[in-house]
Amino acid sequence: MPDQSAVVSEGLRVVRGGRPALDDLSANVKAGRVTGLLGPSGSGKSTLIRSIVGVQVIRSGSLQVLGLKAGSAALRARIGYMTQAPSVYADLTVAENLRYFARLLGVPAERVDELIETVRLDAERDKVVNDLSGGQRARVSLAAALVGSPELLVLDEPTVGLDPLLRRDLWAMFKRLADDGTTLLVSSHVMDEAGNCDELLLLYEGRLLAAGTPDDLLRRTGANDLGDGFLRLVEEAGR
Amino acid sequence: MSPAATWATALRVFAQLRRDPRTIALLLIVPVALVTLLKYMFIDEVGVFERIGVPLLGLFPFIAMFLVTSITMLRERTTGTLERLMAMPIAKLDLLLGYGIAFAAVAAVQALLVSLVAFGLLDLHTAGPRWLVVVLAVMNAVLGMALGLLLSAFARTEFQAVQFMPAFVFPQILLCGLIVPRDEMGRALELASWFLPLTYAYDALQRVSDDVLDARLALDVAIVSAVTVIALALGAATLRRQTP
Repeated sequence: MPDQSAVVSEGLRVVRGGRPALDDLSANVKAGRVTGLLGPSGSGKSTLIRSIVGVQVIRSGSLQVLGLKAGSAALRARIGYMTQAPSVYADLTVAENLRYFARLLGVPAERVDELIETVRLDAERDKVVNDLSGGQRARVSLAAALVGSPELLVLDEPTVGLDPLLRRDLWAMFKRLADDGTTLLVSSHVMDEAGNCDELLLLYEGRLLAAGTPDDLLRRTGANDLGDGFLRLVEEAGR
Repeated sequence: MSPAATWATALRVFAQLRRDPRTIALLLIVPVALVTLLKYMFIDEVGVFERIGVPLLGLFPFIAMFLVTSITMLRERTTGTLERLMAMPIAKLDLLLGYGIAFAAVAAVQALLVSLVAFGLLDLHTAGPRWLVVVLAVMNAVLGMALGLLLSAFARTEFQAVQFMPAFVFPQILLCGLIVPRDEMGRALELASWFLPLTYAYDALQRVSDDVLDARLALDVAIVSAVTVIALALGAATLRRQTP
């Protein structure tokens, strides 16, 4: 399935706090790839992510996820969602957190051990999340999103505030997951990370500024790096 | 709905409580200490401890569970775990019932302990069956839980949630008949008390205390149960899967 889309949005409009957070957004997320959702803070990344995982009220337009309408109950077991702030129980241990999510998804307990290894928290396994560092908490939250081996993994700024080594490891893991057939949508406001993605969606003020591979965008803008390319696109749109 | 998800949630809430031994100690020791205090406050006044002791046994769990639930649920909303759960295959009722099971169990232990102390050590007398006092106490705890859950939807911070206690619980305690018999209150206040669930919880305890096991007691129990179910349903409605 080379070019099949896991997410198709057409004319998507979302209003938050009386202002359009997403405005007539049409975009695709290709299946089995790592798609980067990039844009500055407040550009609508989290709103699009929340819409895809089905926790955002949509004003108009259509949003299809894995062939179903976004928000369908049948999607809940097929999507893994990592929120921007680590949303795990701070008063439980790493293992207790993951065991709870595993039970909800009807996944065997061995999966918990497997995941703890995947996110390299073996030594922290029985530590209470409250006692972990920010980076470790983010990894618990990521592991929680992975529990159900979802077809679509939606990660809201998973690498923010992490050290470079850990960031590199995570991107390598995202790549591996995509190679195994998982579709990943990863948001970031750091343009440096765009180069790690197969595909990019650039958001600006609730609109899709550009979409394509990193090479496409460099070629189209004639810029040396993606950060510069993004700026050129913003300036172009402003004109 | 799935029993597995409900049970998983109950186990998770138990695990969280176990991590917080100080809260458990407070939940168990404070009511015992207060009942003991009451006993010695009225040691020279015959009949007062008997009159208010039993109703208070049954109302402590209500107050404690109201507070614990509203704070816990607010925390679930503000830390993003609720959003994660709402994106997962768990029914809202599974979540609420999971909380219900865990907190009702805590309330049962609390009610049993304070009853053991009050009836066993402090010579509290009740004309009606003591086990019924414990049953009513657990029922009131579940009522407190359901109301706390509902009200937590209207609090944005933990400070606000704590203030719901004087705002919603105190008036009910003042008007339920514990302090002044309801027919001796002003007409307007007596009318108001008819609309407060704690009035019926108190009346039921009063009847058991006097061994008046009549139809009115059954009605009290029915009303408390109905309010619990309605509050739970409204509470479930405030848990939105999709938020604007």
